[in-house]
Parts: sequence; C-alpha cells; structure tokens
Amino acid sequence: MMTQGAARRLRLKGLVVKETLQILRDPSSLLIAFVLPVLLLLLFGYGVSLDANHIRIALVVENPTPEAERFIASFANSSYFEVDVMRHRATAEEDLVAGRMDGVVVLRADFAARLGQWDMAPIQLLLDGTEANTAHIVRGYAEGVWLAWARQEAMSRGLPIAIPVVAEPRIWFNPELRSRNFLVPGLIAINMTLIGTLLTSLVVAREWERGTMEALISTQTGLPELLAGKLIPYFVLGMTAMALSVAMAVFQFGVPIRGSLMVLFGASAIFLVGALAMGLLISTVTRNQFVAGQVAIVSGFLPAFMLSGFVFEIGSMPGWIQVLTHAVAARYFVSTLQTVFLAGDIWSVILPDLGAMTLIALVFLAATSVRTRKRLD
Amino acid sequence: MTGPLVTIDDITCRFGKRTALQGICADIAPGQVTGLVGPDGAGKTTLIRLIAGLLRPHSGHITVCGFDSVGQAEAIHGVVGYMPQRFGLYEDLTVAENLNLNADLRAVTGQERSQAFERLLGFTGLAPFTKRLAGALSGGMKQKLGLACTLIRPPRLLLLDEPSVGVDPLSRRELWRMVHELVDQGIGVLWSTAYLDEAERCGSVLLLNDGKLLNSGAPRGMTDRISGRTFVVRGLDPAGKRLVLDRARQRVGVIDALIQGRNIRLVMAEGAAAPTANELEAGADAAVEPVRPRFEDAFVSLLRGQGLTSNTGALPQGRTSETPPGDPDAVVEARDLTRRFGSFTAVDRISFAVRRAEIFGLLGPNGAGKSTTFKMLCGLLPITSGTARLTGLSLAEAPALARARLGYMSQKFSLYPDLSVQQNLEFFAGAYGLSGRTRREAVGGMKEGFGLEPFAASNAGELPLGFKQRLALACAIMHGPAILFLDEPTSGVDPLTRREFWSHINAMAGQGVTVLVTTHFMDEAEYCDRVGIVYGGVMIATASPDDLKEQARTPDLPDPSLEDAFIRLIERHDRDRKAAA
Repeated sequence: MMTQGAARRLRLKGLVVKETLQILRDPSSLLIAFVLPVLLLLLFGYGVSLDANHIRIALVVENPTPEAERFIASFANSSYFEVDVMRHRATAEEDLVAGRMDGVVVLRADFAARLGQWDMAPIQLLLDGTEANTAHIVRGYAEGVWLAWARQEAMSRGLPIAIPVVAEPRIWFNPELRSRNFLVPGLIAINMTLIGTLLTSLVVAREWERGTMEALISTQTGLPELLAGKLIPYFVLGMTAMALSVAMAVFQFGVPIRGSLMVLFGASAIFLVGALAMGLLISTVTRNQFVAGQVAIVSGFLPAFMLSGFVFEIGSMPGWIQVLTHAVAARYFVSTLQTVFLAGDIWSVILPDLGAMTLIALVFLAATSVRTRKRLD
Repeated sequence: MTGPLVTIDDITCRFGKRTALQGICADIAPGQVTGLVGPDGAGKTTLIRLIAGLLRPHSGHITVCGFDSVGQAEAIHGVVGYMPQRFGLYEDLTVAENLNLNADLRAVTGQERSQAFERLLGFTGLAPFTKRLAGALSGGMKQKLGLACTLIRPPRLLLLDEPSVGVDPLSRRELWRMVHELVDQGIGVLWSTAYLDEAERCGSVLLLNDGKLLNSGAPRGMTDRISGRTFVVRGLDPAGKRLVLDRARQRVGVIDALIQGRNIRLVMAEGAAAPTANELEAGADAAVEPVRPRFEDAFVSLLRGQGLTSNTGALPQGRTSETPPGDPDAVVEARDLTRRFGSFTAVDRISFAVRRAEIFGLLGPNGAGKSTTFKMLCGLLPITSGTARLTGLSLAEAPALARARLGYMSQKFSLYPDLSVQQNLEFFAGAYGLSGRTRREAVGGMKEGFGLEPFAASNAGELPLGFKQRLALACAIMHGPAILFLDEPTSGVDPLTRREFWSHINAMAGQGVTVLVTTHFMDEAEYCDRVGIVYGGVMIATASPDDLKEQARTPDLPDPSLEDAFIRLIERHDRDRKAAA
C-alpha cells in the first residue's frame, strides 16, 4: 500500500492524462482554444477599426477667396478626410442627408471678411449625429483646423485678434492612435476568458451529464485532485493559446511590446486561474452543458467584452456601471495588457491590477472548493 | 457467515416535495447477489447512491462495512465499487485508457496493475479491444468494461445500477456469470434491475415500489407464498384468446390474467379455485394446468394485496376505424428495409409483414436497430434502400395518406407536460386535422374511454404514470388509425400499470387495429402474437414466441424461456456470419 501523498499524486496524474487525451481528441476544445482566438484576432485586427480615416467631408465655399483656399488646403492635407468642395449649401445638405457625406463645413461668402472685426470668421458645421464617433472627430478636427487657420491669417495680416488658448496634443504610447494597438492586446483578455470560463464550464458539466462524474466521486479521489485535475490541463491549454495570441499580435499586427514578456505571462497566468475557477464554479453549480454555456457567456464573456474597457471606455460609463466593472477581472487584465504592450512595465498600474486579479481568482477558487462536494445532492 | 456488509436503518430520502424513499430497513449480505428490484422511479438509484455515500438521507442511517455513509463516505469509497447507469465510462478514451485512469484513481500500480489488467481483460473478454474507444463498443462490451473498471482493486461491495438494461441477452448472461464468480470470492453484489425475471437469479431480493420496500428476502420465499395459485390455460384458439382473457379477468378470485405467447397465465387469490376451461369458454382443446409461480406473479399479488387495482376492463373506443384497403395479410410490410448512417448500417435488409389485427413485436437490445426500423416505417426517417408499405400505400409515394392511417406513441409519451389533459387532447385532435363536431366527439370519446374526465383540467406532467400512459395512447389513436406503433411503451413501468396498458392494446387489436411494438423486455415480447428478433441491424428470426421457444427446446433445456431462444438465435447468427466471412 502506498502512502496517502503518493496515492494522491497518482490520482492527479491519472486525471491530468485523461483530461489531456480528451482535449486532444475533442475537436470542439481545440476549436474554442485555437481557432476562435485566431478568428477574433483577425476580425478585430483587420475588420474593426475605431480610427477615423477617410471621413467624407463636403466643404461649401460660397466665395472662393485665397483665404478660403488656404482653409480648404489645410483640410485636404489631412489623411483623415476626403474633401469635396462645393459651391452650394443645398447640394451638400442633400448629400449629408443621403449619407454620402459624413459632415459639411460651410464657409459663408463673408467668411474671410469677418475675421478680426470682433468676430472670428465663423464657419458652420453640419454633422450626422447618428454616427456619433465620426461626428466627434470631425468637430474636433474642424475646430482645430479652423483655429490654426485663423491664427495664421491673423498673424499674416497683423490683426490683433484674441485667439483662445490652443491645446496642442502630444499623444503618448500610441502616437498614430492606431486602434489595433489597443484592441489586439485587449482581445487577449477576451480569448483567455473564452478558454478559461466557457470551455471549462462546458467540460465539467459534460462529466455530470454523462454520468462520469458520478463514477469519479465514488472513488477515493479527493476534491483537490478533482479540481487540480481539471485546472492543470486547461491552464496549459490557455497559456498556449495566449502565447499564440501574443505571437500574432506582434508578428501579424505589429503591435509593440514595451514591457517584459515575463510580466505579460505572469499576469496572464493569474487571470487565467481566475477564469478557470469561474468556469469550474459555473459548471459545478449548473451541472448542465447548455445552462453552463449560457451562464459562462453572460457572466464571463460579455462582461469581459463590454465592461473591461477593451472597446468601451470605462470612464464614460454611468457611475453605477463603473462600480460594477471593478468586479470584472478582465478589466484589470485589459489594463495590464494595454500597459505592458504599449507603455512598458509600469508597476504603479500593473501591481494594483495584479492584486485585484489575484483577489478575484482566490474568491472564485474558494467558492469552487466550497461548492464542489463529493455528493450528488 | 459473518454479519451483513450493509445495514440500512429506517432510511427516508426526499427531493423537494417528492419522497423518493420511505422508511427503508434492509441488510445486504456478503458473498451473494442481492437484487434491488423495482420499476423505474421506485427509488433504486437513490438507494444505491445513498449506500455509496453520494447522497445524504433525510433520516436514518446506512452502515457499509462498518462505516457510516454520511460521516465516513471517504472510507466507503475505498471499499466499494460502484458502476452507475451508463457505466460511467469516458467514451472518448480507449479501453486501455479507461482502465489506466481507474487504476490511477484506485492507486493500483506496478506489477499489481499489470496483473489486474491481465485478469480483468481475460475475465471480460476485452483483451482484443484495448485500443478501441469505449464509445465504439457495443452495449454489452461497455457494460463489461464498466464492471472491469470497478474491479481493478477488488471491492468488498459491488454496486451495479441497472447493469443489464437494454443489453443483449447473451451479454446479460455473461455478466451474470462474471458476477457469480465475484460472489464466489466473497464479494457482496447489489444488482438493481427493472427486469423482474432477473430477481429469480438473485440470492436475496429487495423489492421496491414507489419508494417503499415491499418485500425482502430470498426470491423463493416470495414465490412460495403464491405456490399452487398460478395456472396456465393452454390449447386456446388463437383468434379467441383475447375474449377468453377478458372472461378470465372478470372472474372473482382471478387477481392476474395475461397473455403469454399462445397461452393465458392466471394468478388466483388465496383460497380461490382456478376456473375450468369450460367456465372460461376456452374451447374444446383448452386445459387449465398449474405452473411454477414466477417472481412477477408474486409482485402483482403483493401489489393487489395492498389494495392497488387498475382499470383493466375498459374498452377504449377510438373513432371507428374503417377496414383499410389492401392485403389483410400485409397491413404493414417491410421489404429489404435498409438504413445507413455514413458507413454504419443501422438496419440491414429487414423484411417482414404484419397481418391485420395482429400484435407484432420487434425485440432486441439497445442499438439493434428497432427504433430506426420503426422510424422508417412511420416515415420519420428516410429509407436508404428497400420499401415500406402501410395498408398497401408506399411511404415514398403517398406519405400523407399513409401517415393518416397510423398512430405513434413514443417511449417518452410526447405529451406537453405543461398543458392540461383537455388541451393535450385538443392539440392532437387539431394536429390530425379533426375539427368542429368530429373533434369534440373524438376528444370526448377519448376522455370517456380512458377514464380521463376527472383529470381533464390537470396538467399532463402531474398525472400518475398510468394515466400519463393512457393519455399518450389516447392522443395516438384519436384519429382512428388502422395501425398503431408503440415504441417501448411499457419499459420499466410497474406490472400493474403495464397490465392496464396492455389491456387497452389487446382491446384495440380486438377491434381490428394492427399493432407494432418495440421492446427489450422478454416478458413484454410474450404479449405479442409474433415477434421479430433484431440483433445488430439484422432480423434474425420472425415467429410466434411459442415457436421461438419450441425451436430452442433441447433435452438439456426442456422448458426454454424466450431469452434462451434469443441467445440460441444470436449464437447461430454469429456462427453463420463467421462461417460466411
């Protein structure tokens, strides 16, 4: 008879081997772990862009003076816009309504003349509010162009006009403002949630449904082996998928890594343990693949998507939802990922994130061990 | 002999409002097979799980090998081998991988492990299949693998939850042989089953019904109690046997009467004399002879003794079905019926014909192709090759017309549990295209014929099993079909409910309805006029149950059972197949 500890290790080994064989033979595990992440990365890397590029602008110039020409030039020089110069406001408005234009800038006939006469050479902006993001960008940019132009004109004419303070933005970390640079790292958090929570919740529920769990718990296998036997193989699977995602981010999408790989993988490991524990908890409570899948998507995947700051800025959410985001581990992980990729090992950001992720992981682990019982009731 | 392995002391177990087990007291002895016998839902699985320490009782105590099932469950897991229903195997692992996992879990290593594997693979005959995925094994082989996994470290107590359900009779017999070997080594075995004929093979039986222990002790003790009260009426005219059955049922003193192949079996109340053939108007050649009581007779007698009766006399009247056109000798006809799923042939050139008003059974283990054949006949599954005709109509050419002449009742009853009885009936009437007065009459007739009126407003899901079954049957025959398909209609139900159901089926056959039944219960097959035995997708025999038994008669086996006949047929089929290959 072997010792208790040796028997424990043997059981754990048996369970890990079994789980690994099952993963390798189950196409759906490999699909969720590798194909889905790659698909999401390609989709978000290439398909989704939050950048403003090629915004179609109609410039209505009622009186083509040299000043107006200079104004037009500063618009046309921008890579953000495709400028169409028109003479009549009515045509431009029609185009805006029909969706052929994203915005209209109107320079009235007396536009240049009014510069400096207690006036600021007013321009009119017509924007399509249904595309709020684009409207914002056009407004900001048009204001900037207009201010720069006005200062230039005033200086060249020696006019003493009061130019308001102009902020000159200097963008750190992602100077080209490529959305891919923060979407792709954020997506790693989504992928890890999929593998950790969704996949794990399905596989344990499957054991309950097929009656294999009943056979397992009728042996002397203890709870620690039972949980570790599930956690270890899926941890390895999750970290492999994570490495794949990082490789794609760097080599396929050219996202920089300014921090260290060690921090990146360390943070991922902590996050993954939390996600796995959450998956285990879900399947232990539901014991049904369909319900487990639903719960995992609603409580794991969707919050990671919407409340993590991956796409939607947490700062612009209503207050109570902001409070809610603190319970979402992905929030901290996205923040760490974006920091490590784009800024570097900024410990003042990373340490609190890691602390919060560790705490959430511990809560889920504890809840799982409390809820998992070697009984059927 | 030492004391009992398991002591069950006044166990009560509830799930929500439902009481699964009530006041159970029993012992399980080492070195013998204890049968845990009862219909589905009687509480067998709950009791096994309680003994395995996987559930906690609401009150009472269970001691297993000296350990308390609640406080010392871990210790129990060390000495008990438990095979749950569906065997608890990983279907995506191979035979060897399943064994390895279980050896790891049970801390069997090194030489001990290789010896155990050698012993078990020989014992189960699985040695040639170690590299096969468990999911690709036949039902019988899965069952053996499940058993092998629990035996890697020889347990003191082996708990088997319905190990033989739906498994072919040859594998079932082999399993019994293996279990008897274990028992000879001193292991105690608890074997749960819904097959009442298995009870007679056990050393001791715990008979459960509706959460209560009806009886415990040796099966002989139970059958002895009704000795001298069981009879068989032989030499009946096949056409008139159902009328004789009705007469027998109506006689005072008859507590059970049922068709058994060509004969009628009777169980008399205590002190009541058996009727003579004359009294039953059974015909000139008929004779009433005493027979050895079976376990099922004793069970029925016990249930009746509890004052449980069932409505067995009512004749349900469907809408009068007109005599369908076509050949009365081939109301249902399958010719070379074949169904392939990918490279797997589920049904291989099955041919048979069913006469008008005949009850025809398809008997076979799970996965043999019974349901696939059924679904092709009903037009629910496309046919790969061959033809199926209902009342002379081809399903391929006139599917709607052919389907209008059939009624179908599936194992799961296909009722809407959240609709009331009335709503279920009306829904199905609508689905059959009945409207206006015809519909009201059909619904009313069914409620009256099946005694469903008191339940008209109750939800179908809350009905007692027997009434659920009646309602399902009512929904299947409301449109007056000429052919009735019943897919495992009474698998695992208690014998009284089963008798009631079959009395309706007999009545319908008496009215000229042709009935097709699938089953994996041998005794259910005996209610049929003829059975087709399906094994591995092939129909290996078609005959009346008596003729099948007759063919299996040998000097060693003067009174073979249908199971004996089935096994002989399987052996012959396997031999022929080997010779052909």
